[in-house]
Amino acid sequence: MKTLKSTDELVKLREDILSGKRPSDNSYPAPGRVRIRVHMGTSGIASGALDVYNFLVTELEKRNISGTVIRTGDMGYSFAEPTIEVTRAGEEPVVFGNVDTFRADEIIEKFIKNGELTDGIIPANFRTITI
Amino acid sequence: MSEKIIKLMVCSGKNCSRKQGDDITDALKLELEAVSLENKVQVVRTACFGLCNAGPVVKVWPEGTIYTGVSPDDAAEIVNEHILKGRKVERLLYTDPATGKKIPDEKSLTSLKKQLRIVLRNCGITDPENVEDAIAHGAYLALAKVLTEMQPEDAIKIIKDSGLRGRGGGGFPTGLKWEIARKNQSDEKYVVCNADEGDPGAFMDRSVLEGDPHAVLEAMAICGYCIGSSNGLIYIRAEYPLAVQRLKIAITQAREYGLLGKNIIGTGFDFDIEIRYGAGAFVCGEETALIHSMEGLRGEPTVKPPYPAQSGFRGKPTNVNNVETFACVSPIILKGADWFSSIGTQKSKGTKVFALAGKVNNVGLIEVPMGTTLREVIFEIGGGLPKDKKFKAVQTGGPSGGCLTEKHLDTPIDFDNLVAAGSMMGSGGMIVMDEVDCMVAVAKYYLDFTVEESCGKCAPCRIGNKRLHELLEHISKGHGTRADLDRLRNMSVVIKDTSLCGLGQSSPNPVLSTLDNFMDEYIAHVDAKKCPAGKCRDLMQYLIVKENCVGCTACARVCPVNAISGERKEPHLINQSVCIKCGACYEKCKFDAIIIQ
Amino acid sequence: METVKLTIDNKTVEVPKGTTVSKAARMLGIDIPLLCHMELHDLGIENKPAGCRICVVEVEGRRNLAPSCVTTCEEGMVVKTHTTRVLNARRTVMEFILSDHPKDCLICPKSGHCELQDMAKRLGIREIPGQEIAAMSTYRKDTSPSIIRDLDKCIMCRRCEMMCNEVQTVGALSAINRGFMSAVAPAFEQNLEYSPCTYCGQCVAVCPTGALTEVNHTPDVLRALADPSKTVVVQTAPAVRAALGEEFGLEPGTLVTGKMVAALRALGFDYVFDTDFAADLTIMEEGTELLDRLKRHLSGDKTARLPILTSCCPGWVNFFEYYYPDLKDVPSTAKSPQQMFGAVAKSYFAGKKGINRKDMVVVSVMPCLAKKYECQRGEFSVDGNPDVDYSISTRELAAFIKQANIDFNNLPEEEFDNPLGESTGAGVIFGTTGGVIEAAVRTAYELYTGKKLERLDFTELRGFEGVRSATVDFDGLKLNIGIAHGLGNARKLLDDVKSGKSQFHAIEIMACPGGCIGGGGQPLHHGKSEILKARAAAIYREDKNKPLRKSHENPFIIELYKEYLGEPNSEKAHHLLHTHYFERKKKIFVKP
Repeated sequence: MKTLKSTDELVKLREDILSGKRPSDNSYPAPGRVRIRVHMGTSGIASGALDVYNFLVTELEKRNISGTVIRTGDMGYSFAEPTIEVTRAGEEPVVFGNVDTFRADEIIEKFIKNGELTDGIIPANFRTITI
Repeated sequence: MSEKIIKLMVCSGKNCSRKQGDDITDALKLELEAVSLENKVQVVRTACFGLCNAGPVVKVWPEGTIYTGVSPDDAAEIVNEHILKGRKVERLLYTDPATGKKIPDEKSLTSLKKQLRIVLRNCGITDPENVEDAIAHGAYLALAKVLTEMQPEDAIKIIKDSGLRGRGGGGFPTGLKWEIARKNQSDEKYVVCNADEGDPGAFMDRSVLEGDPHAVLEAMAICGYCIGSSNGLIYIRAEYPLAVQRLKIAITQAREYGLLGKNIIGTGFDFDIEIRYGAGAFVCGEETALIHSMEGLRGEPTVKPPYPAQSGFRGKPTNVNNVETFACVSPIILKGADWFSSIGTQKSKGTKVFALAGKVNNVGLIEVPMGTTLREVIFEIGGGLPKDKKFKAVQTGGPSGGCLTEKHLDTPIDFDNLVAAGSMMGSGGMIVMDEVDCMVAVAKYYLDFTVEESCGKCAPCRIGNKRLHELLEHISKGHGTRADLDRLRNMSVVIKDTSLCGLGQSSPNPVLSTLDNFMDEYIAHVDAKKCPAGKCRDLMQYLIVKENCVGCTACARVCPVNAISGERKEPHLINQSVCIKCGACYEKCKFDAIIIQ
Repeated sequence: METVKLTIDNKTVEVPKGTTVSKAARMLGIDIPLLCHMELHDLGIENKPAGCRICVVEVEGRRNLAPSCVTTCEEGMVVKTHTTRVLNARRTVMEFILSDHPKDCLICPKSGHCELQDMAKRLGIREIPGQEIAAMSTYRKDTSPSIIRDLDKCIMCRRCEMMCNEVQTVGALSAINRGFMSAVAPAFEQNLEYSPCTYCGQCVAVCPTGALTEVNHTPDVLRALADPSKTVVVQTAPAVRAALGEEFGLEPGTLVTGKMVAALRALGFDYVFDTDFAADLTIMEEGTELLDRLKRHLSGDKTARLPILTSCCPGWVNFFEYYYPDLKDVPSTAKSPQQMFGAVAKSYFAGKKGINRKDMVVVSVMPCLAKKYECQRGEFSVDGNPDVDYSISTRELAAFIKQANIDFNNLPEEEFDNPLGESTGAGVIFGTTGGVIEAAVRTAYELYTGKKLERLDFTELRGFEGVRSATVDFDGLKLNIGIAHGLGNARKLLDDVKSGKSQFHAIEIMACPGGCIGGGGQPLHHGKSEILKARAAAIYREDKNKPLRKSHENPFIIELYKEYLGEPNSEKAHHLLHTHYFERKKKIFVKP
């Protein structure tokens, strides 16, 4: 990427990403795809998020599921680490808590493939701001 | 397996104070079976929706209808009306008290949610190692706006008008701090980000740096523009390797994109940021000590004035702000001072991140508007105390704060109210204690920390805190007297009154607040030589209740010092002179035959 | 000057802006107790960490008590210095400090001179509540050739650290550890011997308690005096006579030369000599060396390096051996007067008296602690027998006199013995900053020009300014002279020498602020710089009253050269009176 030389370039870059012109792993998933955010701050990693991340990356490929797995910081749900957020195309994101590789497998099979929820979902219990 | 079309999400955090989730779930399942829909409709239990005022909540997914105030008796109606006939159960929709209108979905209900994320807006959302993702989420727009549309004074005015106060503990108005730093003329000035998060249990700064580092970099650049500085320094503790790594990546990427360094986005403004490491000394969170540490000197505070804004890093005007404070800056610039000052209480604006810990179900980071009560934080967001234990106290403000009790639960949290209640905001640690926590032990625990972390420069903090700790130890061993309690208070008052920096000036707070609020416990320790919570090892005994003991010998087998004797199938006995009070027998006994006295 | 008006204890006072509350209070006759704070006003030295918190006062409108030693006066400030709150806080803090201080005052070397003891007395502390459960911070004792560190007694006033780092720039001492276990020590808590310490003793001179004291050599001296087979010779440095009286209650600046001689004789020394004699000898050697280098330099000899630096001060020698080993050929090779005296006493004088060098014990009385180290240096001994056996400080001598039941103040005045007791005024002024170079100028002028010097008082070389310079006219040759006292000031001049910027022909350096009169072995000044000034004035008074004031006119010096040494800088003189310097490397430290 070249250096941004003006505000316009900054705004344009943002718009290109948001509109999908410029591809980004973290964009809302296109139809048939899934986006998984693994919350990997220190708390998440300490609870095993790295294993979950690696598992998801390899299993998605193995099981022919198209989508992206992104590493982010923690959501703050220390009581339920590791947590992941899964967004299926056309649906709102769902956050799963206490995810280990076993649970990740269940999430792939039940939710990602079939849209079936599992127990232990953490609803978005907060308001947030958007910029 | 065929895809289930509809899902019913029932809020049923196992520890939710309202606790009807399981019953509602069972009722819904029964009703579904009754109409043979159990394979078409799935019922799942979820954690808290944050809509506790309207709870318990059932959400129909994916369409999003929210039913509030649901009881198990409502299950039949939900299944029959909504699932079977596709008609919403009007009765269970939330009524907006202002308009009297029914609200069908979650979006309009979010205003009921206690948490509001401003600082944590991007945590868990953006990829911290990708500057483009940050830009997509709005990073650097505020910087661009300030650099191209505003004079430094204008930006400072917005920050001032917003009412933003320092989140590091003191609550000094941020805009005013910037203004003072701007007014002090110098060839060089410095912007310092204090990321030396040291309060035990507090980790909001780490989370922000790990989840949204660009928010901090951007705000530092804005601050640099405002005060007239091109040099940014982040003082971060070396114990935060992931935050350091992500900061480094973020700084490198921001430079590549022309968002840091020379001529930022073509505006001619230069600003760059370096990282300095702290070796993990609590006192280095104090700004003068922090500056000394960055200069390579011993991390000791000096008397203010001169303030860092006059003479700070290398003797130059220096503005020091905490991570969380910086994270508030960009939204304020973009959304305006009025927006920010509309959140919070009269003198404390915006939101505050708290690290909930201790005896509370939902430990973790939360962000609430100033003015939220402790009760809301602990019992709604925090999900109450585990194992149905009784709430006893909440310690806010880390080692410098105090313990607040039942009577403070409905106090709206802000800088001034917490101080008035005998505690402080601090960096936002919040540790909940239940009935089995001994307040003498709690005070001792915090003193242990400050004794360890005192730099040793001034006598009251260096020696006084040690003496306080010793006296608490003395009391918790059952050797204390009433006169010792007076001495405890006097020493505490003098240490607060005479210490050089904020560490010593606040270190006796845990002692004073427990003396104020839990005098009866102290008196039990010195008069009856008893620890009511059963925590002080020297003042308690493990006893076997004859009636409950079945003689299974499990306790005797687990005892590491062979203090328990007794025949098989006969009541056992603990030899108190041998017992080391490790509690292993207590944990092992399945018959509640061992008690603590 | 801008002033501010404030009220202290209901009295109004107007003070210059920037004045501290404690100083403003003093103007009103209100004496706020200060413990860690120390100021040598005339030398620009101040220690104000605001660490002891004894001096706290109540300032209206402030949440906490304010340390009056650093709080500056503000317009309209209302200060209370003895409210119940203040008095309770002060007492409690004092109890804290005492609770972590050994209670062995009766046998402490600082007893009677301890500022902590005085403060406890002043505040009327009668008990230390909770002492029975109070842990003490304890540390390993460290004994070096000159200084004993007993950190159990350290109260973290940080005066020593300030002297060592800011004034002396030696950097041997700094705060270590955290909290209760914090103390001032060399890096990694190593021994002083493993640090850059120069043994200047300025840390000892300012320590308010018994944490830093000198190594006591009086028992060794006593043993020598008691041994009938030994001839014990004593030499006294010029600065001693100007300060010793203070230990006996006399006004600072009282000259006690005659009583001191009488006391030493009463103690049983066989010969009471004067280091001033050796100072005159030093001038002969150093002055000649200066002229020689100067002449060679002027004639274009590149090997003749200028400026020449004085070398009488052992703290200073230790300093450049550590920090400027590359400049070790710049200072004069002349030994210090103490060592010249020892060398002459054990050769010339012993020979004259027919005493075997092994049967002679040379004791020096010095204002200095580095002298203890200097006399132990290997190059100053012959076959393992040191030229100077023991060096004791002014304070040790005073204690020695008291222990020997001598009523010092009522002693008759006596004269030094000859031949090594005769001295000129030039030798006397060695005891204060600027004195050595003034003495050298008096002699060098006459030797260089061959003319008689009319004006003997070079007031331009005197004073307490840290770095001074003057140009002296040697009959047309303008001699640029630099003077520094305090090693931090020396460092400034030395950096110029190193970078080739120095314009001086000769530089005098003394390690201690004020010169030897402010030495680490002198009676404690307790932060009163007027004491140092009075001592300096006494030295110049003694000089003025001397019949002879130029070293080369000392008849016994003339005799010494005639009988024994030949010429100044002769081969024999070189052998006896000159030395060479070593690079003092950083020692690898193994924690003991």
